Parts: sequence; C-alpha cells; structure tokens
Amino acid sequence: MTDQIRDRITAIIAEQAMLEPDQISDESTPQDLGIDSLGLVESIFALEEEFDISIPFNANEPDKSDFDISTMGTIIAAVERLVAQKAA
Amino acid sequence: MSPKKTGKKAEAAAAEPRPLAGLRRVVITGAGTINALGHDVPATLAAFREGRCGISQLDFRDVDRLSIQIGAQVHDWRAEDYFNRQQILLYDKFTQFALLAAKQAVAQSGLDFQGALGLRSGVVLGTAGGGLNTWDENYRTVYEEGKNRVHPFVVPKLMNNAAASHVSMEFGLRGPAFTVATACASSNHAMGLAFQMIRSGGAQVMLTGGSEAMLCFGGVKAWEGLRVMSKDACRPFSANRNGMVQGEGAGVFVFEDYENARARGADILAEVVGFAMSSDAQDIVMPSAQGAERAITGALQDAGLNPEDVGYINAHGTGTAANDKTECAAVAHAFGHHADRLMMSSTKAMHGHVIGGTGAVELLACIMALREGVIAPTIGYQEADPECALDVVPNEARQARVDAVLSNAFAFGGLNAVIALRRV
Repeated sequence: MTDQIRDRITAIIAEQAMLEPDQISDESTPQDLGIDSLGLVESIFALEEEFDISIPFNANEPDKSDFDISTMGTIIAAVERLVAQKAA
Repeated sequence: MSPKKTGKKAEAAAAEPRPLAGLRRVVITGAGTINALGHDVPATLAAFREGRCGISQLDFRDVDRLSIQIGAQVHDWRAEDYFNRQQILLYDKFTQFALLAAKQAVAQSGLDFQGALGLRSGVVLGTAGGGLNTWDENYRTVYEEGKNRVHPFVVPKLMNNAAASHVSMEFGLRGPAFTVATACASSNHAMGLAFQMIRSGGAQVMLTGGSEAMLCFGGVKAWEGLRVMSKDACRPFSANRNGMVQGEGAGVFVFEDYENARARGADILAEVVGFAMSSDAQDIVMPSAQGAERAITGALQDAGLNPEDVGYINAHGTGTAANDKTECAAVAHAFGHHADRLMMSSTKAMHGHVIGGTGAVELLACIMALREGVIAPTIGYQEADPECALDVVPNEARQARVDAVLSNAFAFGGLNAVIALRRV
C-alpha cells in the first residue's frame, strides 16, 4: 500500500519535472528537479486529484504549511499521512 | 522628445509643468467609485483617513464550498437602489459598478456631453473578468441545473466591453470607446491610454478607470487554485503576510484637456503628468523587479519628474510574498537614496484587490494625498520585513504635503503600468 503510494507520487512528480521516476530520490528537492513555483502548485493539485485529498499549502508561506514540500521524502510522508487520515 | 537634460537645469525644468510642444496637459475633473469601503468617493476617502478595513466574511451562493471565505465585498449592495428592473436584467454587476462610478464622476465634473463635446469624448475602462457573475450564474443553469435555455441577454451582459459601452450610451460619448484587459493592471493601462489620447489631441474628455465583480463562487474558486490567497487578512509589506484578499468595485474618472477645464472654470482634482508601461516578458505569474522598475522610471521620465519630486507612491502591494518584496526592490532601485524618504502604502488591505478595477480605486488615494495632504495607510501591518524596508505608512494615515505621486500596477502576465499625478 505504502510502496504503491510512493510510486504514484513519484510518477506524478516525474511527469511534472519531465524526468524518469528512477531519476528522483527521497533527497531530491523541487528545485533540484527543476520544478518552479507554478510547477509546484500544479504538482500539489495533481496529488490532490490522484489521492482525493486536500493539501494545505499556501504559496506565500510554504515553510509554515503543515505540508512539508522541502524534499520528495517529506512530500511522500505528508501525502501518506493525509491518505491515512482520510481512510481513518 | 527633447534630449535629456542633466544637473540643475533638469531640476529647474522638472519643477515647472513641462512645456509640451504640441501636447496638451491633462487634468482630472471628476471622480466616482463604489467599493467595499463605501458607495462613493467621500465614504471611501473617510475610510482611507480612518484606516478602516472593508474585508469581511463573503456572502454569496455556495460560499461554504470555498476554502477562502473572506473578501472585500461591496456592503449593503442592492442593485434596485440604483437601477430599474430592465437595467438590472441587462447589466452585469461589473457594469452596474462602472455606471454608478461614472455618474458620480460626471456629476462632479459638471460636464454635459450633448453636441460637439460628445463627438470629441470617449471612454476606456479596465476589467479583467468582465461579466463573471453572468458566466457563473448561467453555467450553473446549464451544467448544474441541467436547463437547456438561457436568458437572451447573457452575451451582452458578460462581454468585457459591456461596461464601457453602457457608459458611452449613458452620456453620449461618441469618440473612442473600448475596454482594456491586463489583469491586475487593467485600470492603470486604461487610464494611461486615456491620458495619452487627450495629450495627443485624439480626444477632449475621456471617462476612464475600471471595474471588477469577481466575487462569486466560480471567481473565487479559480483564485483558490493558485494558492496565493490569504484565509485571514491582507497584510501588505508585513513579514507575516500570507496572500492577497480579493475585492470588487469600480473607480471612474473624468480626464479632461487642461485648457478646456480651465476655460470652463472646473474644479481640478489633479494633473495627470506621466504614464509608462512595460512587459517583463519572463513569467506568467512571478513578477520581475526589472520590469516594474522600467515602468516606474518610464513614468517619471514621461512626466519630466525627478525621483525626489515624488512624495508618495500608491503601491501595487498585494500582500503576496512575491509581489511586495519585488515591488520594494524595484522602488528602491528606481529611486536610489530617495526611496528612504518617500512614503509608499498599499490600500488593498482596506478595499481588497479589486483586480481589473484596482488601479482606479487606488488613484483616489493619490488624489487625496495631493489635495488633502493625507496619506492613506497600509493597514494590517504587524511585522517589519527586511525585504520591504520602505516607509509603508503602517496602520495610520499621515499628514504630509506631497506635490507629485505615482500609482503602481503590476499584473499577472508581467504587464506593468505606472501613472504619475501632480498637484495643480
């Protein structure tokens, strides 16, 4: 289940970054992947659609968001948490 | 254009209204508005002086499905107070706002457009969304309610030029009439073009400004998607700012050939002395300090003003992280050491971001600064931001005599428009 979520997230980010999924690691930052501010908002929208979740993210204060977008690893963990909350 | 002068000569030249070879001077002889702070100019200026906030809980259909539920909605709005049944059927809210503001402006100017003057007069208005409420209501009718028939006036209500056309009809303005859509800079572009038309002799009087009525379910939902809206307040230049808050309303002005205004003894509110526009040609949403700076510097040059002549800038100041720091950098660079002495406030924390109408509502703060010596504050200011280290006139209006002012507008799409006014 968790691996499946990870793969789906990686596929979405890879598509946004125009990379292959195996070029993305947990340490990759959106900046490393060449994802700009608009690309980030688009990725978050795609994740919301994919998992039918609502991600609390304000582009004006990305650091203050409960949704940590600093690396792929933190994004995956945050999406997993939201998916688990939705299932509960 | 004459070659650029330097040193004391340039200063002396700038201190006087520029002798315009073949160009006419342009003045403002009427103003009108409706926005969240009031239904007319006196109510709006009173709110500016008091630093009153017009932002509150939004009130319209399906608002419970929005994650952003605050905005600067026009309060106590009843269209039937101003228009008859047939007019309400034909006018989208953005047209109603524009007509109301235009009537106030024309009444103040004392102009009558019958006869030859009407042929030499026109209207250019800004709007970003046009009849968005009409789109919203009728999409709901056909998509959500499944109906297959819509009212016959849907197209004439929603078209972006509806407001400009109805204003031209209301007053018999038979010269140039059109609408400018440059998102958040629409009004400034419109007013700049009106200024240029009169200055070049293409028109004698222009009604100009802008109007927006985007506060409906679809309008706010679209903005939510971009994730730049604040859920709690608009705090321009404050370190803890977290986004823009949308408003609605209109501002309309009478721009008039100075000789004409003087000959008829009109009360002149201010002189429009310069305008410049630029394009970042860079990014569809992220602003560029260089693009903004070029518009600011261009407006100063067009007006024949030195940086130190400018006492006040009405900022674009949206309250987003990106705009405010970029705008401050642009102003700091354009004005050099004088940036630390001038005042710059954003009135959007009071009337919200009126999008295509915002520059017009904000021009009222510029006129108030010139005429009354009262600088409208940036309310909601809580924490200093080192990236916005200018005098933003925090929270309380200030008494100060200023002789020349700028009004900034920097739109999505990287389109910048800056207007310069001076006291007459």
